[in-house]
Amino acid sequence: MKYALKRVGMLLVTMLLVSFLTFLAFQLVSGDPVRTMLGTEATEAQIAALRSELGLDRPFFVRYFDWLCGFFTGNLGTSFSYRQPVWDLISSKLEITLLLSLISFILITVTSIPLGVLSYQWVGGPMDWVRTAFNQLCMAVPPFFTGILISWFFGIALRVFTPGDFPGLHTNPAGALRYLFFAAVCLSIPRAAMTVRMMRSTVISEMNKAYVRTAISRGNDRRTVLMAHVLKNSLVSVVTFLGQTMAELVGGSVVVEQVFGIPGLGRLLVTSISHRDYPVVQTLVVILAFWVVLAGTLADLVNQYIDPRLRLGGAV
Amino acid sequence: MRKRINGYLLAGLFLTAALLLMTLVGAFHTPYSPTAMSGADKFLPPSLAHLFGTDNFGRDIFSRVLKGTGTTLTIALATVLIGAVVGTCVGAVTGYFGGLADDILMRLNDALTAFPSILLALLIIGLVGPGKYNVVLALGIVFIPSFARVTRTAFAALRDVNYITSARLMGAGSARILLVHALPNTLRTLLPALTIGFNNAVLAEASMSFLGIGVTPPDASLGYMLSEAQGMFTAAPWYAVCTGSVIALLVFGVGLIGEGMQALDREVD
Amino acid sequence: MKRNFLAGILASVMGLSLLAGCGSGGKNTGASAETPAPTATAAAPATAAPQKTPAPLPEEDSPKTERALANEITIGIAQDFDSLDPHHMTAAGTKEVMFNVYEGLVKPSSDGELIPAVASEVSKSEDGLTYTFTLRPDVKFHNGDPVTMDDVVYSIERRRNGEDAEAKLAALDIISSLTPDADGRTLTVTLSEPSNEFLAYVMNAYIIPAEYSLLETAPVGTGPYKFVSRAAQDNLVLERFADYWGTPGKLDKVTYKILENSEGLVLGLQSGALDLVAHLAADQTRQLSIADFDIAQGSMNLVQALYLNNAEKPFDDVRVRQALCYAIDKQMVIDLAFDGYGIPLGTSMFPSFGKYYDQSLTDYYSYDPAAAKALLAEAGYPDGFDMTITVPSNYAPHVNTAEVLVELLREVGINVTVLPVDWSTWLSDVYGARQFQSTITGLTSDNMTARKLLERFGSDAGNNFTNYSNEEYDRILSEAITETDDAEQTAMYRLLERNLTENAANVYLQDMADLVAVRHGLTGLDFYPLYVLDVSTLYWA
Repeated sequence: MKYALKRVGMLLVTMLLVSFLTFLAFQLVSGDPVRTMLGTEATEAQIAALRSELGLDRPFFVRYFDWLCGFFTGNLGTSFSYRQPVWDLISSKLEITLLLSLISFILITVTSIPLGVLSYQWVGGPMDWVRTAFNQLCMAVPPFFTGILISWFFGIALRVFTPGDFPGLHTNPAGALRYLFFAAVCLSIPRAAMTVRMMRSTVISEMNKAYVRTAISRGNDRRTVLMAHVLKNSLVSVVTFLGQTMAELVGGSVVVEQVFGIPGLGRLLVTSISHRDYPVVQTLVVILAFWVVLAGTLADLVNQYIDPRLRLGGAV
Repeated sequence: MRKRINGYLLAGLFLTAALLLMTLVGAFHTPYSPTAMSGADKFLPPSLAHLFGTDNFGRDIFSRVLKGTGTTLTIALATVLIGAVVGTCVGAVTGYFGGLADDILMRLNDALTAFPSILLALLIIGLVGPGKYNVVLALGIVFIPSFARVTRTAFAALRDVNYITSARLMGAGSARILLVHALPNTLRTLLPALTIGFNNAVLAEASMSFLGIGVTPPDASLGYMLSEAQGMFTAAPWYAVCTGSVIALLVFGVGLIGEGMQALDREVD
Repeated sequence: MKRNFLAGILASVMGLSLLAGCGSGGKNTGASAETPAPTATAAAPATAAPQKTPAPLPEEDSPKTERALANEITIGIAQDFDSLDPHHMTAAGTKEVMFNVYEGLVKPSSDGELIPAVASEVSKSEDGLTYTFTLRPDVKFHNGDPVTMDDVVYSIERRRNGEDAEAKLAALDIISSLTPDADGRTLTVTLSEPSNEFLAYVMNAYIIPAEYSLLETAPVGTGPYKFVSRAAQDNLVLERFADYWGTPGKLDKVTYKILENSEGLVLGLQSGALDLVAHLAADQTRQLSIADFDIAQGSMNLVQALYLNNAEKPFDDVRVRQALCYAIDKQMVIDLAFDGYGIPLGTSMFPSFGKYYDQSLTDYYSYDPAAAKALLAEAGYPDGFDMTITVPSNYAPHVNTAEVLVELLREVGINVTVLPVDWSTWLSDVYGARQFQSTITGLTSDNMTARKLLERFGSDAGNNFTNYSNEEYDRILSEAITETDDAEQTAMYRLLERNLTENAANVYLQDMADLVAVRHGLTGLDFYPLYVLDVSTLYWA
C-alpha cells in the first residue's frame, strides 16, 4: 500500500514537472502558433486579435495554471492547428501507437530472451563471431533505414502490404495489424539486438559468479544451473531494460510512423511541435510521461515477482 | 578462453583504429572536395574514379563519407562524454550521499527520463537551433539520466563496502573517496554503458537528421547522409549501402571493444 | 467538355479577361479550346531545361486498377490541412485541395482568367468604382440548400468586417458598400477607390451558408466536389456533388492521403496506394517507373529567390547585392538541385503573367565571378564575408538550393552558413520579425494578380520582409495601383520589375517546375497559373 502511494505520488510529481518543463520550453522557443495559423498574409492587427482570442496574451503562469486546471477537470483544450478538441484528435491515434508499441514489445521479448540465452551457449563457438557481427549490425542500422528496406522488399517487391495505405484500425483490423507488424519489425530490430547483447553479457557475468562455480563444481549440470538460477537472476536486469525499452518504443515510433505513413501519436507530436500547437503537445507529453513511469513501475513489479528479495527493500 | 576473448578487443581496436586513421586522413586530404558539385556526374555508380559513386549533386560519396565519419565520431564521442561525465557526477552525488540532494536530483532525472529522447531532442533543438554543436548539446542532455541511473546504483552499493568505510575512518575526504576509491570500481558498470551509449548516439543523431533537426549543410554526418540516401534509394542504392556499411563498421568496432573489455574484466575476477 | 462550356459563358464576361489580374497571356503554350490535351505545359521554359514530355498513354495494355474500376482516385499530399474553413485557410496546400470544394462569386480558370462562378454575370461601371454581380439562379450548397443573397452578403462581410479576426481579408477594405437589390438577384458593390484587381480579391470571399458554424468539421461549399470526411494527419475524402451548377466532376470519389515523408509519397505511388502526386522533385520522379506513370510538367508559379534583408549589413549596400547576383549561376542551381527543370527568373515576376513579365531582365546579371569579386572589393569586402542563409527545413528544394549556393558563393570568397529552421520559426523570425540575413523561399501570388508580387517591396508594406526601400519604387507603385488604364498599369508594373532587378533587391533564381506523377490511364490533368489542383477534369481513360 505504502509502495502504491509512493508510486502514485512519484507519478504525479513527474507529470507535473514534465508538463511544466514543456510549457517553459515553448515559452522560450522561437516561433508563434498565431503566426503559424495565420500564415504569410497576416496583418499585425489580425495577429493581436487572434492572440487575445486564444488567450495567448496572458502571463505565462496564468496560462500554465489555466491549462493545469483544465487538465484535471478533463478539459484538454482545443488544438490550434486542427481546430478540434485535443482528446478527439488524440484518442484514435493513441490506440494505433499503443498497438504498434505493443507488437514491437512482444516481438522484442519473444526474440531477444531466447536468443540471449542461446547466444551465451554459443560463446566461443565457431559461429560466435558471425552472430556477434550480425547482432551489432542490427543495433547499428537506424529504424528509418530498415523501414525503407522493409517497405521496398515486402511492400513493392512482394506486395505483402501496401506502403502508404494504412487501412483503418476499425474498418479493416486485420489489414491494419499486418501493416503495423512491418512497422513494428523495424522498430524492434535495434532494441531486440541490444537486449540480446545485454542478456548475453549478464548471463556471462552471472555464470562467472561464485555460486555458479560452486554449483557446477558440485557436479550439477551446467545447463540445469543456467536454467534454474542464472536465468532467473539475469532476468531482473533484463526486465528493467525491457521496461526502458517499452518506454522508449513510443518515442521511437516517431520516426517509424513517418516512414510508413501511420497516423499515430509520434507523427502528431512532430507536427504539433513544429506548429507550436501547445494544447496538443502538452497533452501528448503528459501521456508519454505517464507511459514511461508506468513501464518502469511494471518492470519493478515483475522483478519483485521474480526475485521476492526486492520486495522488502522497496527498491525504487 | 583467454585468447579468443582478447580477439574481440584486438579486432575492435584494429577496426576502430583503421576508421580513425581514415578519418584523420580525411581531415587533411580527400580524393575530391566533399562539397564540390558537378551536374555532369550525378548519380554515378561506384567506379575506380568514385569508389562509392556520386550523389544527387554529383558529389563524390567516398570523400563525403571520409568527412562524415569524422563528424559522426565527434558527435557520438562528445555526446557520450557529456552524458557520462555529468551523469557520473550526478550518480556519485546522489548515490553516495543520498538525502535531499538525491531526492531532488532523482526527481529531475525522472522527469528527463519521462521525455521520450526524440521529444527532448526536438525541444532542445527548438531552443538552441540546429547545427553540429547543438546536436551534441541536445543529445548530451538526453544521455545524462541513463548514465546517472547506472552510476548511482554502483555508488550506492559502494557506500557501505568495507574498504570505503575504512577509507572514511582513516579521514579521507568525500571527494577523495569518490574519485580514488569509488570511481574505479564503478567503471565496470560504466564501460558497457559507454559502448551502448556510443551506439545509441550514432542512431539518435541519424534519427535527428531524418527529422531535419540534425547537422546543417555543408556539414554532413553519416546519419545525415543516410537520411539523404533513403530518399534516393532506387536512384542511387550505392549511396545508402556505402554509408550504411560505414556506420555499421563504426558501431561494430566500438561494440567489439566493449565486448572485449567486459571479457577482460571478467578475467580479473 | 469544360472548355466548350467556358466558351459559352465567355460572352457574358467580355470585360473580365481584361480585368483579371493574370491576363489572357497566362499560358504561352499548351491546350487551346480545340485541342484538349491531357497535360498542358503551363509555361514554355525559355531555357535548355530538359523537357520531359508525357509518354503516350498505353491504355489498352494497362489493366484497370481497383480504384479505376470504382471510378475513384487517391492523391498523395505532403502536408496536412491548416483549416477547412475557407476564410481561415492560409496554407497553399490546403487551398490547392479546397479549390474543388469552395467557390467565390468568380473563380480562376486554367487560362488564368477569372470566370463567373456563383455569380453568372459581372459588370463594372465606367469609373471603375461600382461592380454589379448577378447571382446564378440554380446554385446549390452541398447540403442541398440554394445559395441566397443572404449567404453571399454574409460571406463577403465575414471576410471584410473583421469580427472574426482570422477571416479578415485586408484587401476587401476598399469596399465601401454592399447593396443587394430587392428581389435578391443582383449585388452592387461600391468601392472607395478604383482597383483593377478587385475581382481577384472577391474571388477569395468563398461563398458559404450564412451563420453556418461547422465549417471546420463539416465544410459546405458550392464546388464540384463535396466534403465527406477527414481524419487528421491521415486523409480527407471528397465526393462528386451531383447538383453542381456547372460541369460536374467525372470521378465519383477523391481521397487525399497525407504523407509528410517525401519518400513515403514515392513509395505510395510505387506500391499502388496513390494515383497522383504533384510537386515532386526531379530526383523523386527518377525513381518512378515509366511503365506505370506519366510525369507531367507544369510550373509552380512562384518566384524562388535568395531573399536578402536589405536593411542588414552587408546587404544594405547595393554593390554587395549586385555582387551576389553576379556570383550565382541560376542555370547551375537549376541543373544541380532541380535536374534542369525550372525557368530562370531575373525579377519578381514569372512567365505565367504574360504581358507583365519582362523576359529581358532574366540575364541582366550574367554569371560573372570576376565582376562579383570586383564589386565586393569596391564595397570594402575584398576578402568576402560570412553570411547566413535561413531556410525552412520542411521544404527540401529550398534546402538543396541553399547547398548549391554555399558552393557558388565560396568561389567569390563568401562563407555561407545554412541555418534550417522549422516553418513556425521561419514565419515568426524571418517573415514576421525580419530577424535574418538572407533566406530562400518561393513567393506566390495567391490571387493571380501581378500586383501581389510587387506590392510587398513597397517600403511601408507590412509584408516587406526584405526591407527593400527605394523611393522611386514607392512612387511608381502608388501610381500603378490606382491606375485604371490597363496598358499604363502594365508599363508601370514592368518598371517596378526593372527597378527590383537594377537595384538587385534580391537574388532572383527561378520559377520552379511542378512535376506531377500521374498513374497511366488517369487523364484530364490541367495546370492552373495558381497553386491549385482541379480534380473535376480528371478521369480514368
